[in-house]
Amino acid sequence: MTEEIIIAGFGGQGVLSMGKILAYSGIMQDQEVSWMPSYGPEMRGGTANVTVIISDNRISSPVLKKFDTAIILNQQSMDKFESDVKPGGTLLYDPNGITSHPERKDINIFKIPGAALAAEMGNPKTFNMIVLGAFLKVKPIVAIENVKKGLEKSLPERHHKLIPLNIEAIQKGMVNVESVNSI
Amino acid sequence: MTATTEINKIINEDNLVYKKTNLLLDNEMHYCPGCTHGVIHKVIAEVIDEMDIQNETIGVSPVGCSVLAYNYIDIDWQEAAHGRAPALATATSRLMPEKYVFTYQGDGDLASIGCAEIIHACNRGENIVVFFVNNAIYGMTGGQMAPTTLEGQVTATTPYGRNTALNGHTMKITEMIALLPGTRYVTRQSAETPAAVRKLKKAVRKAFENTTEKKGLSFIEIVGTCSSGWKLTPTQSNEWMKENMFPFYQLGTLKDE
Amino acid sequence: MGDVRLMKGNEVIAEAAIRCGCDGYFGYPITPQSEVMETLMARQPWEQTGMVVLQAESEVAAINMVYGGASCGKKIMTSSSSPGISLKQEGITYLAGAELPALVVNVVRAGPGLGTIQPAQSDYFQSVKGGGHGDYKLIVLAPASVQEMNDFVGLGFELAFKYRNPALILSDGAIGQMMEKVELSDYKPRWTDEEIQEISGSWATTGKKSDRERNISTSLDLDSARQEQFNHKLQAKYRAMEENEVRFEKINCDDAEYLFIAYGSSARISQKAVELGREKGIKIGLIRPITLFPYPTKAIQEMLGQVKGILSVEMSAGQMVEDVRLAVNGKVPVEHFGRYGGIIPTPEEVLEALEQKIIGK
Repeated sequence: MTEEIIIAGFGGQGVLSMGKILAYSGIMQDQEVSWMPSYGPEMRGGTANVTVIISDNRISSPVLKKFDTAIILNQQSMDKFESDVKPGGTLLYDPNGITSHPERKDINIFKIPGAALAAEMGNPKTFNMIVLGAFLKVKPIVAIENVKKGLEKSLPERHHKLIPLNIEAIQKGMVNVESVNSI
Repeated sequence: MTATTEINKIINEDNLVYKKTNLLLDNEMHYCPGCTHGVIHKVIAEVIDEMDIQNETIGVSPVGCSVLAYNYIDIDWQEAAHGRAPALATATSRLMPEKYVFTYQGDGDLASIGCAEIIHACNRGENIVVFFVNNAIYGMTGGQMAPTTLEGQVTATTPYGRNTALNGHTMKITEMIALLPGTRYVTRQSAETPAAVRKLKKAVRKAFENTTEKKGLSFIEIVGTCSSGWKLTPTQSNEWMKENMFPFYQLGTLKDE
Repeated sequence: MGDVRLMKGNEVIAEAAIRCGCDGYFGYPITPQSEVMETLMARQPWEQTGMVVLQAESEVAAINMVYGGASCGKKIMTSSSSPGISLKQEGITYLAGAELPALVVNVVRAGPGLGTIQPAQSDYFQSVKGGGHGDYKLIVLAPASVQEMNDFVGLGFELAFKYRNPALILSDGAIGQMMEKVELSDYKPRWTDEEIQEISGSWATTGKKSDRERNISTSLDLDSARQEQFNHKLQAKYRAMEENEVRFEKINCDDAEYLFIAYGSSARISQKAVELGREKGIKIGLIRPITLFPYPTKAIQEMLGQVKGILSVEMSAGQMVEDVRLAVNGKVPVEHFGRYGGIIPTPEEVLEALEQKIIGK
């Protein structure tokens, strides 16, 4: 199994930390992982993206042009990365702030109202975990207990009390993800 | 009694009034006649010998006339790139905090190219001793202007005399260094008379003793001569130094905490 | 399995230093490698192993602190990125000239001049052809993963002390800033004074004992005949490195008709290009030099009977390609492909370059 993922959105949406938790979860189940933050002028424009690869085998390039899954959290990232999903791949997005929705017919498209659900939970910081939950429902590449272990390993001890809230957010994402296009 | 037995009778330990310290090696010094370096080397070697710290002392020599200082004093030495001796001494002292570490630098090395290194080593309060030999000129490269060259002084690169508009002002770096909180002992000495040498030796001893207390950096400037660079005889050099350098670089202790 | 973590390459350099018994780190902040010193300062290794960490006033001071510390027979390192490494060249040539072991890490960014903070591989010439003045060589290790950032710290020190020569880890901003799974090395204690005496007692300036001559750490000898002799000695040492220390990795080379040669990040990207090419039925292999000096010249020459062309892939305008051409000596076509100025090529671009510059010709 090799899953090549791009997570893209605004800085402050927790894009990089979502990628980190996903990568840590992969390590918890003995897989190879890489996490490559965006490099380029677009960082200056307030967007952030990270390429995460989880694989049973040694990972070659941490930098990719085509992805199995794109997790897209703002319009700029939609414009940039919709076309970079491999045919047959998956695009997951939060419709909040999206004005031009994905139109490809050769990929599976899902949506998750992450921002709305985070507001509902009363904590905007749960946003990225809701989206992670949606992704893991669609592509169950890492088990929830390994995500929990990953959180334990990646968060400083003083933040461990937040782990139950994060797990709750993941579960919220899992039940609220919706299919938009299925091939 | 033959003349030889007579001499042998005279040359015996009981009659000895002065002896070269064992720490001063027998290598022939490359310094010019009248140069102050030889005397300063002797004083440092004597103090290390008297304190019995030969096996615990590391010297750092500069680029300049004293680049080969390691040929004359029988201790372990590091030879630094131009101006960088305080950086070497910083690491050496921090990695081996029980050792006595000193740098030996000239005015071009310390006040010009190595200005940043000395200021920051002093400001960090490194537990080292710095010997700063100021003869107001670059000796080794043939007598060019140093930051310490006096106004009006003729050198190879100020052939019409140092002009402050063209060449900048004469720098009193020791006064600057005394302002830094990391220094505990800052003094300006000379070595042109036996009395001056005795005073210098006291200062050197004090500086090395400060090392054991780990209370900051000790800095000794020695105002010296450069007969070759100044184009004067050794005696004339001493006179010129007293007339021109001592009024500007006033001898005495600037700081002793 | 040891201590497995998800870490940035730069953080791993710091962690590996502490764990391999490094005695001192002297550095100066510069992007994209500031995490090295930040991690060390946060870890406070002086409390745990006694390792000294100091933020110097400049790159120049930092490398000269390395010279001072290395003169004491200690395991000393510094790290920086390209403009800072340029400043350190003075100290590096003095280290080589005084035959001092030390470890320097360059997390390369694009130049020339201030350039940009994005990754590049444009310091190859500086690293393997000199950088500073005089006839000297560094042992140059090129990590291609976060794991190798860990492994090469220990290896760098081992080789540096084996040859009494500075070693350089030539990384780049991509490897420095990315996170991967890494198995950290076990803790090794710092050398004791007795061990230093045994390993480096013949030259280290630890204080002259009565049973030996004084030790002098210097690169100066004003006698030209002796200076030439000394240079002969250095050259013999570099030849021994070429004999014993060449390291490289061959990927999919057995049946390869075309070859990528790439190190560091570019090797990872080229490996993916090999996968993409083989999906299309093109038999591509990859030689990844791990040591850039000594260079795996023979490994390249051994492939010349079977390959039709070679593409040297680097994030530079074409530097390592000169060493590839020297190895190949005109026997098969050699071309260069590179993105630079801080741009990382994609695997698709690399494959396309092979198809256009080599296969299509």
